[in-house]
Amino acid sequence: MKILQIDIERCLGCHSCELACAVEHSQSKELSRAINESPPPGYRVNVIAGDGAVGPLQCRHCEDAPCVVVCPSGALVKSEDGPVLLNHKLCVGCGLCLIACPFGVIYSDVEGKAVIKCDLCSERLVAGDDPACATACPTKALRFREPEGLE
Amino acid sequence: MKNYPDTHPEAGPQESIEKAFSCGLDTAWSRLKEQEPQCGFGTLGLCCRICRMGPCRIDPFGDGPKEGVCGATADIITARNLIRMIAGGAAAHSDHGRDIAHSLLLAARGDATDYMIKDEGKLLSIAREIGIEVTGKDINKIAEEVAEKLLAEFGRQDGALLFTRRAPEKRQKLWQDEGVIPRGIDREIVEIMHRTLMGVDNDAENLIRQGVRASLGDGWGGSMIATELSDVLFKLPQPIRAQVNLGVLRKDEVNIVVHGHEPTLSEIIVAAARDPELLNLAEEKGARGINLAGICCTANEILMRHGIPIAGNFLQQELAITTGAVELMLVDVQCVMPSLGSLCQCFHTKLVSTSPKAKFPFAEHIEFKEKEALAIGRSIVKMAIENFPNRKRERVAIPSEYISEVVAGFTPENTYQFLGGKYRATYRPLNDAIISGRIRGAAGLVGCNNAQMDHDSGHVEMAKELIKNDVLVVATGCSAIGAAKAGLLHPEDALQYAGKGLREVCQAVGIPPVLHLGSCVDCSRILITLCNIQKEGGLGDDLSDLPAAGAAPEWMSEKAVAIGFYFVSSGVQTLISPSFPVDGAKGTLDLITRGLEKIVGAGFEFEDNPVKGAHIIIDHLNRKREALKLAPMMYELAPSALTLKNKDVEK
Repeated sequence: MKILQIDIERCLGCHSCELACAVEHSQSKELSRAINESPPPGYRVNVIAGDGAVGPLQCRHCEDAPCVVVCPSGALVKSEDGPVLLNHKLCVGCGLCLIACPFGVIYSDVEGKAVIKCDLCSERLVAGDDPACATACPTKALRFREPEGLE
Repeated sequence: MKNYPDTHPEAGPQESIEKAFSCGLDTAWSRLKEQEPQCGFGTLGLCCRICRMGPCRIDPFGDGPKEGVCGATADIITARNLIRMIAGGAAAHSDHGRDIAHSLLLAARGDATDYMIKDEGKLLSIAREIGIEVTGKDINKIAEEVAEKLLAEFGRQDGALLFTRRAPEKRQKLWQDEGVIPRGIDREIVEIMHRTLMGVDNDAENLIRQGVRASLGDGWGGSMIATELSDVLFKLPQPIRAQVNLGVLRKDEVNIVVHGHEPTLSEIIVAAARDPELLNLAEEKGARGINLAGICCTANEILMRHGIPIAGNFLQQELAITTGAVELMLVDVQCVMPSLGSLCQCFHTKLVSTSPKAKFPFAEHIEFKEKEALAIGRSIVKMAIENFPNRKRERVAIPSEYISEVVAGFTPENTYQFLGGKYRATYRPLNDAIISGRIRGAAGLVGCNNAQMDHDSGHVEMAKELIKNDVLVVATGCSAIGAAKAGLLHPEDALQYAGKGLREVCQAVGIPPVLHLGSCVDCSRILITLCNIQKEGGLGDDLSDLPAAGAAPEWMSEKAVAIGFYFVSSGVQTLISPSFPVDGAKGTLDLITRGLEKIVGAGFEFEDNPVKGAHIIIDHLNRKREALKLAPMMYELAPSALTLKNKDVEK
């Protein structure tokens, strides 16, 4: 199964992945319109700096995902083909997953009533495309591919 | 699956692009693919690199930063960057104007003997207009004084540029009252650079106002000087038949392509290519002649003065080389892709750069000097001829079916004669046609090609929709070439696309529905034409009253931003596509649309679909017609009649 691989050395911190993520999760899927949508689409990947390095961070779609374990409403599920997915309708916004996530990559949405997280662009995957963030990365710091040497 | 881009069916040979892609040659389209997706912050205009505390970005979504390190908001950042684009564009047009004025000065003083005053009539009328005594004076002395006085416009410190007096009085007063009258061409450009420095002007409106002023210094200063003095040196263009598109390249002749902007060089090459000695040499080398063709605006300059064919517009510069039939491409300044040199390495084509301001990778540099113009021109033509035997016949692929007939070379001056006849030259028939509802109004189509859009589709589709709705189109630069390739500049064939009212006028006068007005500095001719229409009477007392609009439907260069701004600042509503890089800043966007309308009586509109764009223009013209209380369009059914007709259809 392909994963989102991050090459910290290549990341220049341009935040293009964030914009592409927000556009992909917008209603219009078009940058100039997405920025004016209400509620704002929000992005699920964050470029984070620390320890002299910078890199994009999004849900790692854990094998044994703690967020799924703690979710009281069944909104978070680990799908069979990989991604940890959120059913927005079932989310009550309790925030337990935010605490449980070891990577800090689940975010409260703008209104604070539910959470948002990376869905690995599942719609794009069905269409045979890579996730939007990986497509947008100008330096290929983010790549969607089979894990190498991680067996 | 095909991997090459689409072009408009009438734009030019799709095969050339396919061929380039299949041979693995880089073109603007393939490089765009490499660039995609392009940076969203840049597209929205939300990045600032002006000081080294940055680079800073504004987050258009989520909870990210809303201000740069210095505190600049999206509005401040976009306004600063936008007017810096105006500075770039105005500088380019105006430096071109300066060079032409300088050439005139050298010619007048006898220091550049290959140039001479070819249009004394125009020189005299300019001299009288700017207050130079002409009676009893030698023509060269007059030319010297005109050149000196107009060169002084660049360094002028206060007052108002001389040519702003050509605008209607009401417009001049508006510029004075709003504090946007250009004081000096260079001064306004420098002031943009000062104001946009870190920590100077941080009020979006105040910044945009300076952009307005600098753009006026371009349209009514630098560009207008370039146009006027080019006419003096190289003669006022007259309508002339010619051919356009890549098919103008010839299989059995030495093909020389001139590309760039300044006519000082291309005019000399035209003369050199007609030299009998060089023609003999070409024959010796096995060629049947010397074929000169142009790309971009230098092409427009020699098209309208000599009928020299045009090989294509901006996006065809690389395709011309891929025909394998070009012996030499010579370039000067502006819109010349740095990719040309490496592309030439794949063919026998020689690339020659000529301006000390513009050098290119893999190009041979032969500096052009006015004082030795013809000698240098001859040596370049000779170089091309000597390269003819190196042409590899098996690699030559000229898309010879791509060729259109055009009539070019219209100017505000000769329009008088067209409309009124030689002995009663007047704009009256045009004004009458607008007033009576045969012609809805006029639209100026200008600007570039942009690899992000289907090549020429913006220009062609918009022009067709406009003329179909009885809008007279005047075009310059790459827009005019785009329309020319689609056959819209042909006085007979193009009329099939025109609405009934416009068609009647064009047939009576003998002009195509799309008029070629020249190069991009010749957008100043559009301003003059509008002034003449206003002066003729019956259509209001300011340019903003006229049923007129501008459009740059495929822009890419900063020069187009400057042109758009001087159109709007002169009172001409202007449609832009793609949008300016200010989409991420609501305040700035509002300022250049509705805000400018309050200040200068016109604003920008943005629409990427050319047909929808045409209708935005048509609606605007209708509103202006209504405000002037003009007659309804002659052949348009009244709304009530229209409903009736629809009901009939339903039955």
